[in-house]
Amino acid sequence: MSSPTDSAAGDAGAVAPALTRDDVAHLAHLTRLELTESELDTYVGQLSVILDSVSAVTAVTAGLDIEPTTHAVPLTNVYRPDVPVPGLTQEQALAGAPSAQDGRFRVPQILGEEQ
Amino acid sequence: MTSHDLTRMTAEGLAGEIAAGQVSAVEVAQAHLDRIASVDGAVHAFLHVSGESALEQARAVDAAHVRGEAGASTLAGVPLALKDILVQKGSPATAGSKILQGWIPPYNATVTQRLLDAGVVILGKTNLDEFAMGSSTENSAYGPTHNPWDLTKIPGGSGGGSAAALAAFEAPLAIGTDTGGSIRQPASVTGTVGAKPTYGGVSRYGVIALASSLDQVGPCARNVMDTALLHEVIAGHDPRDSTSINRPVPKVVEAVQRGRTEGVEGMKIGVVKELQGKGYQPGVMESFTAAVDALTEAGAEIVEVSCPHFQYALAAYYLILPSECSSNLARFDAMRYGLRVGDVAHGGSLVSAEDVMGATRDAGFGAEVKRRIILGTYALSAGYFDAYYGSALKVRTLIRQDFEKAYGAADVLISPASPVTAFPLGEKVDDPMAMYLNDLATIPGSLAGIPAMSVPSGIASDTGLPVGLQIMGPALGEEQMYRVAAAFEAGYVARHGRTVADSAPELEVSA
Repeated sequence: MSSPTDSAAGDAGAVAPALTRDDVAHLAHLTRLELTESELDTYVGQLSVILDSVSAVTAVTAGLDIEPTTHAVPLTNVYRPDVPVPGLTQEQALAGAPSAQDGRFRVPQILGEEQ
Repeated sequence: MTSHDLTRMTAEGLAGEIAAGQVSAVEVAQAHLDRIASVDGAVHAFLHVSGESALEQARAVDAAHVRGEAGASTLAGVPLALKDILVQKGSPATAGSKILQGWIPPYNATVTQRLLDAGVVILGKTNLDEFAMGSSTENSAYGPTHNPWDLTKIPGGSGGGSAAALAAFEAPLAIGTDTGGSIRQPASVTGTVGAKPTYGGVSRYGVIALASSLDQVGPCARNVMDTALLHEVIAGHDPRDSTSINRPVPKVVEAVQRGRTEGVEGMKIGVVKELQGKGYQPGVMESFTAAVDALTEAGAEIVEVSCPHFQYALAAYYLILPSECSSNLARFDAMRYGLRVGDVAHGGSLVSAEDVMGATRDAGFGAEVKRRIILGTYALSAGYFDAYYGSALKVRTLIRQDFEKAYGAADVLISPASPVTAFPLGEKVDDPMAMYLNDLATIPGSLAGIPAMSVPSGIASDTGLPVGLQIMGPALGEEQMYRVAAAFEAGYVARHGRTVADSAPELEVSA
């Protein structure tokens, strides 16, 4: 097997600033992942290697006027007949909930004490 | 007929005997459940075995037969292994993740429903990398699956459980999902067949989403005809999936028959210059070259095609996939289903929803999932969006154009399906980039949304393990893809006396 960064042909360092430990901690918070200290240490190195590899896309498309492809087989305005169909019952919808009360999802408080 | 014989038969053969009343669906289901009981301790292809529910489905098939009714489909009574990323009502669904441990889905995926309506007997749910993120099943929270060809090796991923179930003769049919190669690479390293239909060819309703612009469900089996029969059962438009294509299902069974009788005479087959060479194992290239020779002898015209942007496919994929998965996996929020940890109301110390969410997602997701969520969030964040995600979508256009040009010169394209044969469990777990390179050959087709499949090309002389030949068709070009696969397989069997899957070493059977 070739070395990890072989696929990232080209020098696309243009947009690849080094990812810091603080960056990873910030991103983890944005995605609601409470990472441990050792996870942060591991991910900062691994993510930097991956980012360095994938940034090849920037160099190859730089200055090119190309339409982006979001879906392989594009479809627009997909409609179905406006006919009601039965969904889940309340009981079924709550059956997998971590906590339920009075026919509703029971969730931890959303606002802090001071709010 | 002994149960060993039943587990060695093709799906087509089993369906025929069940329809003719020579064997009952219950006997067939029981034979496969017995096989699972005796070998799955070592293989670990299944996360859940639905013994009683499978037998009940089989009894219904037999009862219909006794009443004189025709079989519900060409596969009535044939057992199948379902990848545990599709939901089946009443059967636990985990997607290989701790965050869904114990969740019992209250509905059927469209594919599950079509299987049940067709009289296909669902034996259980198969192992996978967590949320289908991986190429070895080692990212499953429930432990890896072992390759039946060599239990110390990976079975591929993410659909390693489905592929291993086939290779271990635990089931003649399986369902996989393919986002960047999760059907084709496991098929390749286990000597089985797996097809990724055109994007939108099979409904994704009830499939736990990884990357919505790429995910596709597909059929897996030990030979091309069984794969085609299953393809026709699951494919077709579904109003519940708005990306589903509203067109007639390709006649892939007919295409297989044509491939068997007419071969590839007069077809143009393109060898992709960029999908070989560096990074590809010598034994894999040797098998691929022999496959090209076999297709030439069978009457195909071989042309070399160049797809210069394929070299950027992996990079584009590892921006698009994490971006989409970071968004899709936001639904695992500890509120409506799945795991919740640390909640003060249940003996924990965390008061706010935000803290409960953070603690739950940290405890419930594995390392690869976290890496991809963080990477995707970064790629989508203000200031980096254009450079990363935006550029990746443009690369996707360049790759699509490469394919369009190539299909101007050839009816189908071929390459190795995996650059390497099965590698040792544990070898790449700590090196994400090395693991990603396993999908080198399959990712371009995923980005373009074209149909692509892996059919065994033989056994590598350097490792003694199976090699897969990837056959890629143009969008909605499943028929020519299956025709080439069937013709190639027929030629292989004529030369070797049996399929690659039938050459797998015997597993030790525990009582």
